[in-house]
Amino acid sequence: MSLDHAKSTTPAGNSHAHTGNGHGSGHDHIHEAPTNVLRRYVFSTDHKVIGIQFLFSGLIFFVLGGLLALAVRWQLAWPWSTMPILNKLLWSSPSYGYRMPPEFYNKLFTMHATIMIFFVIIPLLTGAFGNFLIPLMIGARDMAFPKLNMFSYWFMPPAMILMMYSFYVEGGPAEAGWTSYPPLSTSRWSTPGSLNGQTFWLGALLFAGISSLMGSINYITTILMLRAPGMKMFRMPMTVWAMFITAILQAFALPVLTSALIMQLLDRTIGTNFFSPYNWSVANAPPKTGGGQVILFQHLFWFYSHPAVYIMILPGMGMVSDIIATFSRKPLFGYKPMVFAIAGIAGLGFIVWGHHMFQSGMNPALGATFMLSTMMIALPSAIKVFNWLGTMWGGRIQYTSAMLNAMAFVAMFIIGGLSGIFMAATPIDMHIHDTYFIVGHIHYVLFGGSMFALFGAITHWFPKMFGRIMDERLGKIHFFLTFLCFNGTFFLMHIVGMHGMPRRYADYTGFAYLNNPTVIGMNQFMTISAFGLGAAQLIFAFNFLYSIVAGPKSGDNPWHSNSLEWTTTSPPEHYNFLTLPTVYHGPYEYSVPGHDTDFMLQTEPMRPTDPAIDPVMGDA
Amino acid sequence: MRYWSLLFGFAAVASVAVFLYAPFAPDWWLPNPSGEGGGSVISTSGREIDSLFVIILWITGIVFIGTQVALVYAAWRYVDRPGAVATYFHGSQRLEVVWTIIPAAILVFIALYQMGTWASIKFRNSMPKVQPLAEVTARQFQWVFRYPGPDGKLHTNDDLMTVNDLHFVKGKPALINLRSSDVLHSFFLPQFRIKQDAVPGLVIPVWFDSDRSGSYELLCAELCGWGHYKMRGNVTVHETQSEFAEWQVKAIAEQNRSQLTMAAGPNGR
Repeated sequence: MSLDHAKSTTPAGNSHAHTGNGHGSGHDHIHEAPTNVLRRYVFSTDHKVIGIQFLFSGLIFFVLGGLLALAVRWQLAWPWSTMPILNKLLWSSPSYGYRMPPEFYNKLFTMHATIMIFFVIIPLLTGAFGNFLIPLMIGARDMAFPKLNMFSYWFMPPAMILMMYSFYVEGGPAEAGWTSYPPLSTSRWSTPGSLNGQTFWLGALLFAGISSLMGSINYITTILMLRAPGMKMFRMPMTVWAMFITAILQAFALPVLTSALIMQLLDRTIGTNFFSPYNWSVANAPPKTGGGQVILFQHLFWFYSHPAVYIMILPGMGMVSDIIATFSRKPLFGYKPMVFAIAGIAGLGFIVWGHHMFQSGMNPALGATFMLSTMMIALPSAIKVFNWLGTMWGGRIQYTSAMLNAMAFVAMFIIGGLSGIFMAATPIDMHIHDTYFIVGHIHYVLFGGSMFALFGAITHWFPKMFGRIMDERLGKIHFFLTFLCFNGTFFLMHIVGMHGMPRRYADYTGFAYLNNPTVIGMNQFMTISAFGLGAAQLIFAFNFLYSIVAGPKSGDNPWHSNSLEWTTTSPPEHYNFLTLPTVYHGPYEYSVPGHDTDFMLQTEPMRPTDPAIDPVMGDA
Repeated sequence: MRYWSLLFGFAAVASVAVFLYAPFAPDWWLPNPSGEGGGSVISTSGREIDSLFVIILWITGIVFIGTQVALVYAAWRYVDRPGAVATYFHGSQRLEVVWTIIPAAILVFIALYQMGTWASIKFRNSMPKVQPLAEVTARQFQWVFRYPGPDGKLHTNDDLMTVNDLHFVKGKPALINLRSSDVLHSFFLPQFRIKQDAVPGLVIPVWFDSDRSGSYELLCAELCGWGHYKMRGNVTVHETQSEFAEWQVKAIAEQNRSQLTMAAGPNGR
């Protein structure tokens, strides 16, 4: 983009034929928001409204998933003790003395994981922030396909209803784990949750998957086609890069999960035999003709679900990169290596799924190759960590609560990444596979990583969403308690895990090597920390809701950040930008020497006196 | 507020302290014969796996300390302070190359270094060439063992069947054929560092040994239904072959007696 358009006062879209505006016609016109309440706030095609819809439903399910986790922790700390009040409401009967039945425990962890992954983390990261931020950050008026976007949200409520309804069907909700391996999940007699609950579970996931798929098509198209004039790919914020690559991952991996779920659904309902061995029976049920392969499901499932792990972390990495650069008041260290590292994680992410199956009976020679690819995927993750540290180095760090959460992401992701190396090593995995070591690892990545990124992102972009600022003091108290209680809850899982405590056990005290004061004591410590972690979220909930109605007004750019969303009003109008912005440089030009301010919006032209941006490393 | 960096420092120090303490407390470390601290292992696979574990623990520990020190130092040193100016730079090609190549080399080293152990434990052509000790069938929610009887052959009339009771001899590699009769299970011997899923439709050989007699535990490590947590087996390692034979004779006699009793029971005649 040449500089002679810099002072153009006409709507910028007119002069740049390659910038579509959602109509592909090249001329720029502005739609007002619909006046009908239903079309404005409920069945809205506005990406900002849809993003906030995803945000609210995700946070509601976060509460639910968290409560399920607390019930799991209760049983692990004090096996078979009655839970005050709740036990009479939720499960069991007087004839069991209100003790939690073991199958209910299995339902708890199954539903906790499913809800947290498919209804909280993925919808919050890609649904809420992907939707809200992508058009604003690339300077578009909306998504490329606004109606498809609306459908992508409205495919979620059926999934949520199926999920919730499954608690009330005969046999209760699914209890085959979030991985849902057959034959446990396909044989209706194998365990109570496989009677009916599993069918609802499959239906819910199919809806959620289609929702993600529609979102990802939209994100890819929008980012490729609707960037504002001057917004080259290598001038996009890391958040957009991460959302872009995440969307590609989803678009390529989700069809495989969808087909696997449909195959399992057919196995359960109309008697196909994709996953049942020849002449097979479980729990004295009438035998199935069979002829299928049990391990096939695991391959299909992990072919999606390993990339899904990156779907759940890459957007967080992107948003954390933006937050850290903003509050270090310094250009992102190694912008292009960061982009290539994300692309590397995504590419390698497709050839590492077998590391979930080292002990599955898969050919061990295949395990050896998956070990090598899995080790290599640690490399781009390491590069990203070094670059975040490099960004902070020499900066002027402002400890806002968003920054603290972003730093916690880096610190905790280091632990989650390093513990991953243990399980990537096939011989060590033989011991720690399916133990609490894995549970610790996944929570360091998904809570320590993704959730801290989300807390940071919510705090950081709250002003843009609602025009108000969240209370910083409450935000810091929330961060302090969350950080301590999070580590208290999950760190010792590495210890009990390497001591051999298996996951998915309703009661581990029947085993001599686990039935000792140390292991039980650690579990009680973890549970108490988990309750503290849950209580700390009340502060966040209060701060969030209170600030929406009564927080101080934020202004357009409260953090003095550079990217395009901060050039428009808070909250932005329906059409985002009155005139489409023109972009002159990348989003990380902080503290440019010779300027009065330490930030330079992407719409502000470079000055002739400015130092040239490093073409290899920087966002030129 | 540079004191926030101390919070990150505290978490890092506590994490390191936990792993420094762990080897000295038997219940904190990889599972060992009761009462013994880290470093005592009783099986061939256990020795190799534990030493690999410790190597990776050292490597990751050093990386952890290095990165956390950098984080805490940067957070302390470069806090927003009056008059401070952030340095304006976009990165360093030299640093990027350094911190790409060094981790890559370490990771490839770790991966290649593990291959031998993995192959020796799991590859079929490296399994010990011995008669199978038993056929193990996992089902909801028990382990059924079929030992060859006096004729030394499996699937004959004199086979010994036990439930949740695994016996083998010290110092001799034991080879089992693992199957499942219903859903997925996983044969997990924590003290021997052995784990292998039992897969419906497949027969998977697993081998292990022990250089110490005693009694240990067998667990199911793959979710198999509501009773998953109670799928426990006793493992008895006998001091000598004759002690094992003695147990087997007694168990076969017991099995014959109960079968006769059944045949001659109230409705038997």
